[in-house]
Amino acid sequence: MTAVQTEVLLQTLISGFLLGGLYALIGIGMTIIMGVMKIINLAHGELMMVGMYIAYVLYTYFHIDPYLSIVIAGPVLFLLGMGLQKYLINPVVKVDSILPENQVILTVGIGMVLANLATIIFKSDYLQTPVSYGTTAWYLTDIWKASPIELSLSLPWSVSFVFSLMITAGLWFFLTKTDMGKSIRATAQDHDAALLMGVNVERMRVFTFGLGSALVGAAGCLFIPIYYIYPDIGGQFTLIAFVITILGGLGSTVGAIIGGLILGLFESLTATYIGMGWAPVGRFIIFVAVLIFIPGGVASLLKSRKLGK
Amino acid sequence: MNKYFPYIAIALLALVPLLGLNSYLMHILILVVMWSVIGMSWNLLSGYCGQVSFGHAAFFGVGAYTSGMLYTKLGISGWWGLPASIVVVTLFALVIGYICLRLRGPYFALATLSIGVILRIVAENMVDVTGGDLGIMIRERSWIEKTRYYYIILAIAALSFVLVKQVIASKLGYYFVAIREDQDAAESLGIDTTLYKTIALCLSAMITGFAGAFYTNYMGYIDPKVVFALHDISIIAIMVVMVGGVATFSGPIVGAVIMVVLAEAIRSIPMLGTAHHTFFGILLIVIIIFLPNGIVGDFPKMKKLLGLARRAS
Repeated sequence: MTAVQTEVLLQTLISGFLLGGLYALIGIGMTIIMGVMKIINLAHGELMMVGMYIAYVLYTYFHIDPYLSIVIAGPVLFLLGMGLQKYLINPVVKVDSILPENQVILTVGIGMVLANLATIIFKSDYLQTPVSYGTTAWYLTDIWKASPIELSLSLPWSVSFVFSLMITAGLWFFLTKTDMGKSIRATAQDHDAALLMGVNVERMRVFTFGLGSALVGAAGCLFIPIYYIYPDIGGQFTLIAFVITILGGLGSTVGAIIGGLILGLFESLTATYIGMGWAPVGRFIIFVAVLIFIPGGVASLLKSRKLGK
Repeated sequence: MNKYFPYIAIALLALVPLLGLNSYLMHILILVVMWSVIGMSWNLLSGYCGQVSFGHAAFFGVGAYTSGMLYTKLGISGWWGLPASIVVVTLFALVIGYICLRLRGPYFALATLSIGVILRIVAENMVDVTGGDLGIMIRERSWIEKTRYYYIILAIAALSFVLVKQVIASKLGYYFVAIREDQDAAESLGIDTTLYKTIALCLSAMITGFAGAFYTNYMGYIDPKVVFALHDISIIAIMVVMVGGVATFSGPIVGAVIMVVLAEAIRSIPMLGTAHHTFFGILLIVIIIFLPNGIVGDFPKMKKLLGLARRAS
């Protein structure tokens, strides 16, 4: 490999890794909803879109930095998610119908409404938040003058990545150390047993949907400095989120993190070596392959390793 | 009476062009019939066999592109696409079935959804084969006026209706319903579930592909964003059946009438034109919460509710 080739490969890996960290946050939101509620939330990307637009409005009209807007977009999305679960999804869980997939179709309906409302309010233009540090980057040659290759690390990407890690760590702490978090995990594992142990399962479900929405809303705020928005952006992130969820294993937080990183690296590599337009195809090939060869996702591999020892 | 009703209805529909409707109304009528064909096919796979597909646009698009590519690559009339699509789409469905049918419930739904998206991206990127985003334009339109198109799609609809009805009335139909109700129980009774699910998928895909091939010839223009559309094809196919009535014969037809007329009505109101997805979404949410089996399926329930309302007032 020549120096240039090495440079391209390393640069691709770096950007893939950073992208993967952000993907992980999107995936975690979906995986905890799926773990607790056992439904696939196909409005997930649209909730992220709502988060992105909140950050956009706050930046454009109130000059609030997108990273700061997490503290506003998170709670708003939390309430929105709780409302959706309580007034729309919960009633459907109880209704008797021929097709059990009704809830999935319902979330599609919710997503359609959200995306269309965004089109009406903001028009279909591509919007972005031109932050002052948008193009700042660190270069390897600045630190190591004699370096044979040149690598760069974008500032907003790195900041988003660090924020994503911090939120993930906070979530891990919440799920493992607090009472509420333990109740959520109990509900995910066996909701009847949780009910018998005195966990308010109904409330946990509403809360989890809110939490998942808040996480993906935060992810939206992290994406906005490095990306652009348009009303239909949600669909693509919904697809990314469920690919990560399947890849990581349903309801597994660790799996979602690993899944997000794998997907980010894979997409980055496909975009560099095969072509930008093909990156989404690679994503779905991973998805179908995982469903067939390791249906339990990365989480099941981790578990079987542990049992083997 | 009930037994002959569908045939009378088809005969009456065949007489409709004699009313001398203008071409816009004929266009809507053709769309209604086309969507009821797609609805019937979705209903066969998802309503009766219980395998909910989010990717019927894949079959629709493959049918449409079969027809379009016969025209651009071989230079023969796009109408040859109708018979050709049966072969191509069925083979395609066999491959998809082999991959996806081992998955159950929501996983199957997600897998089909991603197949639809994969095909759209492939069609956009393989510019040499499909023409990419430029799409395929059929320059020589067969007929200007729409009556013949109407008769062709009506014949397709009649054939599909009879086919679905025969299949459901046969032993095959009972297998499908058994698989929908409980796949493990069906398996333990000696039903080869994989085989019958594959049959349901192939039949359903074949009918949808046929409608897709018709669409190419009727509209004269296709591109990947139109025929592989997630919201405008796959989701509408689901909505047609959900609104009309899951696992009923007349449900898809009722649903198609409502959806197409609603879409056209909303689009024609200037202020609401952009909001048609909102209306569809709200309609879908309302239907799922209040009439989970659709208008036809929950007709007794609706009658009861209306009756109560009348008595109260």
